[in-house]
Amino acid sequence: MQQFLNITLGGLSQGAIYAAFALALVLIWRATRIINFAQGAMAMFTTYLALAVIESGQSYWAGFAVALAGGLVLGAIVERVIMRRVEGGPELNAVIVTLGLFVGLQALAAIIFGAAFQSFPAPFGLRGFTFGELTVAFTPFSVFIVGSVLVVMLALVALFRFTDLGLRMRASAFSQEVSRLLGVRVGRMLTIGWALAAVVGSLAGLLIAGGNLVHPAYMDAVIVYGFVAAVLGGLDSPAGAVAGGLIIGLALSYVSGYLGSELVTLAALAILVAVLLIRPKGLFSRVAERRV
Amino acid sequence: MGTRIITKPLGAARRFLPSSVLGRNLLAVLAALVAVVLVLELTTPFRNAQLATMSYYAIAAVGLTVLTGLNGQISLGHGALMAVGAYTTALLLGEDAVPFPVAMLAAAAVTALAGVVVGAAAARLHGPYLAGATLALAVGVPGLAIYFDGLLGGEQGLPVSSPRAPDWFADALYFLSANDMSSAKYLAYLGWGTLLLVMLLLANLMASRFGRVWRAVRDDEVAAELAGLRLGRLRVLAFVVSAACAGLAGSVLAMVVRLAAPSGFTIVLSLSLLTAVVVGGLGSLGGALLGSALLVFLPPAVTNLGTSAGLTGVQAAQLAPFVYGVVLIVVILVAPGGVMGLLRRLFAFRRAGSTTSSNKGGTR
Repeated sequence: MQQFLNITLGGLSQGAIYAAFALALVLIWRATRIINFAQGAMAMFTTYLALAVIESGQSYWAGFAVALAGGLVLGAIVERVIMRRVEGGPELNAVIVTLGLFVGLQALAAIIFGAAFQSFPAPFGLRGFTFGELTVAFTPFSVFIVGSVLVVMLALVALFRFTDLGLRMRASAFSQEVSRLLGVRVGRMLTIGWALAAVVGSLAGLLIAGGNLVHPAYMDAVIVYGFVAAVLGGLDSPAGAVAGGLIIGLALSYVSGYLGSELVTLAALAILVAVLLIRPKGLFSRVAERRV
Repeated sequence: MGTRIITKPLGAARRFLPSSVLGRNLLAVLAALVAVVLVLELTTPFRNAQLATMSYYAIAAVGLTVLTGLNGQISLGHGALMAVGAYTTALLLGEDAVPFPVAMLAAAAVTALAGVVVGAAAARLHGPYLAGATLALAVGVPGLAIYFDGLLGGEQGLPVSSPRAPDWFADALYFLSANDMSSAKYLAYLGWGTLLLVMLLLANLMASRFGRVWRAVRDDEVAAELAGLRLGRLRVLAFVVSAACAGLAGSVLAMVVRLAAPSGFTIVLSLSLLTAVVVGGLGSLGGALLGSALLVFLPPAVTNLGTSAGLTGVQAAQLAPFVYGVVLIVVILVAPGGVMGLLRRLFAFRRAGSTTSSNKGGTR
């Protein structure tokens, strides 16, 4: 029973991170119909930036801020310089370009920061809370994970619901032509969208890294989990991405806890195939029909 | 292949070429075979080993280019399919060893079977969905080797006993070139022989009814379906053909490297194969060959550049994947047809007046 509880709690905090990552994918998909396979590599890169700042003697929070700001800039540059040229083109071209970014950034990080495993600090304790005799696998850092992901989600909801910028971004995601006719600068909205998504992705990267080892490939599996979570949620729905992330986090935690951690990525693949074959529009999408 | 690009001065020679596709392809393969023997006999053992490496990259790449270029399905899972072929070979060449041709055929068959399963799921997906699903495959499959570590050797992997050159083969080559047979050279012959056979089969397949309908499916699904083509079956078939190639490639890899281990089949392998086919030009066998040459001969070159520029060995080793990434982006942005697309455009340009635009980017 205690094992079940611990696995569930661990799954929830992992799920919160996958939810953030899936949310980043969904933000870009809604605006440009592109899956950003470089999202993980970009997050890995900004996490290394944070590590460099922290190792130079600054506080964790300075590194945290640098990583998020770095994500903002990186996302904007990637959209403006590279992705702009393949948006609206053949879908395979966009896929290949994001994969090129993925490989390139990963190698660049290894060249600049080294390919070895490095430990990444956590701002809060990593010892589980105790209730009487019972120590559960839910740490102060887990609280921080869930809390920061919640804050980011609420901030995004507020942005899209209540601000003029959010309205323009939604408009250009809905129909580029019409938005352009109404005076929305669609290109700029796409740049902002990519930048925001990269910030959310960077947050996910930082949260996974906290208290763990980082190396240039540490986000590889997370891309898969985030993608599965996003597809599970319907790719179009931010709320779906969050729910999908939590479901994936829990499911993978059970697989890892009861069957073996080597099978986690295969379980993700199985879930993905099952979703795509049985309910390709995802669990939460309101779009009636979609060709996958 | 080379015989199809014919400029005016060569027009006269064209009459002496066989008129059937099979004949022309056979002739090209024979010419290539002569070239392979010459190159392998005239180069050092180190180059022989590099060429052996190139052969298995190329076998996988020609399979991938048929799938992605001709049928429009992207696969990031070919590294995983190669792993299936490599492990099958390692198991069959283990204790009670079967003859290696049997092991290679079995590797192709088992991988083709895996291709049926993957292809059946993939046939319903396209673009980013397919990329994501096959990416999951590439990341997930190496975990199987660790999970079943009793059978598959875990992280260390399985050692493979490479076949030795039979005496008649060594004698025949000694008769031809007066060179002794080395193990690396024999494996290079094995790899290139397999590659040429695969290319012959694929070239004929591409020129056949199947090549035509695959292109039709790629270019316009609705039109193809209205014309009575069964999209699902054709897509699965393309995937199976491509997977069988990947399985053969994995088999050759296992024999050349003498090891089948999960660390050999990372996501970077799958992405390298994609780089090879994109750089060469999607849908072109010659392009896939060019791209595989890039995968083998570029890394040492850039690594040397890196170390002479003051990078450490570990850093310099990462320059090659960095270049792959940059090249992937640049090729798609600047010349989506790859090297072959550029060449084709060049020839079309020189033959002024001909309005054929056979190259439309090729990356649908």
